[in-house]
Amino acid sequence: MDAILLQILNGLDKGGAYALIALGLTLVFGTLGVVNFAHGALFMLGAFCAVTVNQVIGLEQVTLDPNNLTPWGTPVEIREPYIVSWLGDTGHLILDYSVPVSILAAIPIMIVIGFIMERGLIQFFYKRPHAEQILVTFGLAIVLQEIIKTWFGANPLPQSPPTALRSAADIGVLVGFNPGEIVYPYWRLVYFVFSALVIGGVFAFLQLTTFGMVVRAGMADRETVGLLGIDIEKRFTLVFGLAAVVAGLAGVMYTPILPPDYHMGMDFLVLSFVVVVVGGMGSLPGAVAAGFLLGILQSFASMTEVKSILPGIDQIIIYLVAVVILLVRPRGLLGRKGVMEG
Amino acid sequence: MTTPLATARSDLILFGAFTLAVLTMPIWLVPLGAGYPDLMQKFAIYGLFAIGFNILFGLTGYLSFGHAAFLGVGSYTAVWSFKLLGMNPVPALLLAILLSGLFAWVIGFVSLRRTGIYFSILTLAFAQMCYNLAYSVLTPITNGETGLRVLNSDPRALDHLTGQGVVDGPLVSNIFGLEMNGLPGFYFCAVWLLIGMYVSIRIFRSPFGLMLRAIKTNQTRLNYTGISTRPYALTAFVISGMYAGLAGALLCVTDPLAGAERMQWTASGEVVLMTILGGAGTLLGPVIGAGLIKYSENIFSAFHEQTLHDIFGFLPDGVEGVVVSVAGLFVGEGWHLTLGLLFMVIVIFLPGGLTSGVRQLVQMARRSSGGSGRSGGDAGTAPQAAE
Repeated sequence: MDAILLQILNGLDKGGAYALIALGLTLVFGTLGVVNFAHGALFMLGAFCAVTVNQVIGLEQVTLDPNNLTPWGTPVEIREPYIVSWLGDTGHLILDYSVPVSILAAIPIMIVIGFIMERGLIQFFYKRPHAEQILVTFGLAIVLQEIIKTWFGANPLPQSPPTALRSAADIGVLVGFNPGEIVYPYWRLVYFVFSALVIGGVFAFLQLTTFGMVVRAGMADRETVGLLGIDIEKRFTLVFGLAAVVAGLAGVMYTPILPPDYHMGMDFLVLSFVVVVVGGMGSLPGAVAAGFLLGILQSFASMTEVKSILPGIDQIIIYLVAVVILLVRPRGLLGRKGVMEG
Repeated sequence: MTTPLATARSDLILFGAFTLAVLTMPIWLVPLGAGYPDLMQKFAIYGLFAIGFNILFGLTGYLSFGHAAFLGVGSYTAVWSFKLLGMNPVPALLLAILLSGLFAWVIGFVSLRRTGIYFSILTLAFAQMCYNLAYSVLTPITNGETGLRVLNSDPRALDHLTGQGVVDGPLVSNIFGLEMNGLPGFYFCAVWLLIGMYVSIRIFRSPFGLMLRAIKTNQTRLNYTGISTRPYALTAFVISGMYAGLAGALLCVTDPLAGAERMQWTASGEVVLMTILGGAGTLLGPVIGAGLIKYSENIFSAFHEQTLHDIFGFLPDGVEGVVVSVAGLFVGEGWHLTLGLLFMVIVIFLPGGLTSGVRQLVQMARRSSGGSGRSGGDAGTAPQAAE
């Protein structure tokens, strides 16, 4: 029982990331009708926003202390981040919380990137075949990831969560297990709560605002919305920006869990596509549900007990589920009739 | 575009010209700086890969993003055949074709249940799955990150039968003593390229090929006429998988080493790019695209800072530094950046590929020169435009 609960918890953070990326994919696909192979790159760009913010606020002022000499006879270097010398203890706090702080920077950056992508490239592909959309965004994904590679290098850049959240919570005690049975790192808990909040925010935005209503109407029937005199193309840019922000935030907060490197985007993109297919193309709740479901399934598959029976199952479980779903229920778990049929 | 109704004679001329061009490659590629066997082998092998991919994508319109998986399967099969049977490439190639065809059948059987983007996503997922497996669980078969290579201690049953069991130095695949490197290696690949091209021409002209085109044009209508399209699409998928397996095996014939990185999604993307660069759905386009990509990869990757300084040496010092550092992003290690940009540029401006670009240019030239002379010029060119 405790093992099962632990695996469910373990799957939640990864599932959260899948759900967030798949949500953006579905949103863009549902409204704009574009299959965005560069969506994973947005996730990666978000993660590198966190890296950049960390590097920027970590800039150090180097002063030489002529009174102290190192064993090599050179003056001792005193390194102090500028932010600490300016803000004192607050500076330390900001440095410590650099990952959450990056969110503030990531939101505008991702909006700008999303706008540039949509206005500069994607908008010319609304009327072109899906194959060409796939190919051009695929090319874009390569370009983005190569740029990141040249800038930040090919090695993963580990980011640390805030000190206070580095330990693990003994969640099991709260629900009546013995201490030490179910231990769960705080940051993963934070990630799950964060992704749940973002997902809730996006759904609330779509359900409660007029803009969201138009977007939902556009997902259901783009043509009719256009006939009603609503210029839906204008909203597309915003929807794309929203999807970019969601993917970017997913990336920012994921950095302490997985050190970002340039190809993390594509790794997650492939899985998120599978998530979208399993959840049902064009269904937002489907994308979210399938994201968490597959995340949890994956963590179950990586249990040693399971792996000893079926070696390697953790690597392929998601694809196997996708295959089974497509054979049994080709439309996906919550897919609607008429959306991308064929 | 090549019409399905083209005469047998024009095909023969096309194939004859292609054969001549391929066989004389060691001569006419010399002035281009590409006349050495290693590179020409790559031209032939990736040309074969692209021809096979074109049979699926160019004819049926199914965009597979997982063809690198078959390339990898072919490579691993070939190396295993070297290890167990011996260094003769023929059984290796046949086994590779067989096994990759089998893989393609399984993957195609599932993937072809969906069309459009679903299909692309499924093939991509399968390829990633193969890649992950090759790196992790299947390490006993694939030797993981190190890559699979032939060792002197391997059984190589046939070699021992024919008395070639003990070899000094590195093992090279050979046909009865003729080693498959250098020019013989190239001609060996070239022969397979020619066979592949011939089969591709035959498929293009066959009723089967016509059916594949019909799938691309309007699958729904075909279904309404009472034709089940899936067997046709599956056959095309298996055939193109076999081509990929053959190409993968040939890669190992010239260099008996198979690694999982051959199955990565970038490799799948590369063959898509080759095909659309040359022109999907045309006979020669994919080979031309493959040649261009491999040629520019060879040129661009070889560049480094010093060559750039030499090239831009005529510029003033300050400007030169900037130009070199910008250009440096695109060459050497940054070749993939160029590849990605090329990808986007081709899809945005020339989705029909180079062959369609050339055709448009020819048409424009014909119209501007002949338009004033002949009164019925437009009417005369119209049927051609509709090809």
